[in-house]
Amino acid sequence: MLRIPCPYCGERNYTEFTYGGDANQARPANPATVSDTEWEAFLYRRGNPAGEHIEYWQHSFGCRQWLKVVRDTVTHDIVSMGGHGMEGGEKA
Amino acid sequence: MTRYSVFSLVRHALRGHRHWPQALPDVSPSERYDVVIVGAGGHGLAAAYYLARKHGITNVAVIDKGWLGGGNVARNTTIVRSNYFHPARRAFTEHALKLWEGLSQELNYNVMFSQRGIINLAHSSGQIDELARRGNAMSVSGVVTELLSVEQIRERVPLLDTSPDARFPIKGGMIQHRAGTARHDAVAWGYARAAAKLGVHIIQNCEVTGIARSNGKVVGVETSRGKIGAARVALAAAGGSSRLAEMVGLRLPLENHLLQACVTEPVKPVLDSVVTHGVHNFYISQTDKGELVLGGDLDGYNNSTSVGDLPPLEAMVRTCLTLFPSLGQLRLMRSWGGVVDMSMDGSPILSKTSVDGLYINAGWCYGGFKATPAAGDVLAELIATDRTPELAKPFTLDRFASGRVVAEEGHGPRPWMYH
Ligand SMILES: Cc1cc2nc3c(=O)[nH]c(=O)nc-3n(C[C@H](O)[C@H](O)[C@H](O)COP(=O)(O)OP(=O)(O)OC[C@H]3O[C@@H](n4cnc5c(N)ncnc54)[C@H](O)[C@@H]3O)c2cc1C
Ligand SMILES: [Zn+2]
Repeated sequence: MLRIPCPYCGERNYTEFTYGGDANQARPANPATVSDTEWEAFLYRRGNPAGEHIEYWQHSFGCRQWLKVVRDTVTHDIVSMGGHGMEGGEKA
Repeated sequence: MTRYSVFSLVRHALRGHRHWPQALPDVSPSERYDVVIVGAGGHGLAAAYYLARKHGITNVAVIDKGWLGGGNVARNTTIVRSNYFHPARRAFTEHALKLWEGLSQELNYNVMFSQRGIINLAHSSGQIDELARRGNAMSVSGVVTELLSVEQIRERVPLLDTSPDARFPIKGGMIQHRAGTARHDAVAWGYARAAAKLGVHIIQNCEVTGIARSNGKVVGVETSRGKIGAARVALAAAGGSSRLAEMVGLRLPLENHLLQACVTEPVKPVLDSVVTHGVHNFYISQTDKGELVLGGDLDGYNNSTSVGDLPPLEAMVRTCLTLFPSLGQLRLMRSWGGVVDMSMDGSPILSKTSVDGLYINAGWCYGGFKATPAAGDVLAELIATDRTPELAKPFTLDRFASGRVVAEEGHGPRPWMYH
């Protein structure tokens, strides 16, 4: 079972969390001025790595914080954690 | 290659089945082909077959990093249907269904296509309304469905708990009679043999590691077994699509996720239709061998391996037992997973790319088996003519920039929510 170490609650089963998906995509600062292609790149195109993946998880059945998690999509090792308003997530 | 027939069967039976010739010739890659298709799953093999049969292009290789039938083509739960609400999805799968109906004859290979019907269960009046809406939309384009009462469902599927005090009481359902199942590995072998017979090379254990270009045009592929030249290259690599597209600097609107399935021990015939339960996304059918095949939801987070987590499997079994309590007597025999290429709107991509001569068929999520004959047919036409066939027009790659997405279920760009 995938276990996620919540910085507030400790390590828990992933079934306590809601998946929020890819967190690599930076939202364009001013959506009104970006081109369709740039907007598409943000909204739809994905790196889809076999390896380290930065992703959002919300601890729905715990502290309810949104967390930024770096997880390996092959080994499922959690490489690093950032919490609180999706801050952090930088690799240690 | 020998043609299979009742006579060859009898002849070999009398000789104790010890002298069947090898089903498919082993071939080494040639230096160049007119077309190279990456991925010997159902879609790639079917495309090669239709290229040869319908377009006369026989100097074709289908290259796979693994073995024939090692991908999702033989990992799926084999459900074939065309009961989509979205007209583009329906037209595509209906074209496939028509091809399925004659496929065993066409390929000289018994794909055991069994039109046993698919029943979608409804557990609320809202769900019945939704099925009626979908059924009406289908009927308008000539795809016949029928709404079922609880009594009719009980008669067709006596093992279902149809009592009003069931955990999830059944209020009705919808059936598409022409839907059903097929033997998935036979689909791979059938297309492979039929294509090989027309001259196509099927090359296993050969990984594509690069896509060679010259002046923005494809000129071949680099593989673990050397360079292979090709004027046109098509990607039909399911979970391998993103990596392959990356080789030409193309980022796809895809994520890899994991889908699991499992089978029980074989028993006598107890279930003669496919039953689906949308509320918890569960589906079940019985194979000709007698095993009950159970399918469920994605694991729910990006996964690049085919090894799944236990909770989705438990959920699948739990749902099964609430609907079919008597199946609790059975033991599970096997479970397995497959990496599925989930797209950003839940619909496939069948498209030219920004690279001349490079075509892509991907993003079939976990519904691409049913589409196999049509995906092959349409991809073959795309490769042969370099024009987007009518059925592929809604599924081109540029729909994500233009906003013309094809979402049967409107979940936005959250691929793990689609089916
Ligand atoms: C558990 C499960 C249940 C499913 N149930 C259903 C169902 O009931 N109904 C339905 O319609 N669909 C279902 N699907 C989906 C369906 O199986 C797929 O959409 C479909 O098989 C994909 O097309 P394919 O057969 O060509 O893919 P695959 O068989 O996966 O073929 C892709 C091939 O590409 C090869 N490849 C990848 N990268 C490279 C590379 N770099 N070089 C060379 N080769 C490469 C792979 O080895 C693989 O053989 C299910 C899938 C799963 C996993
Ligand atoms: Zn927490």
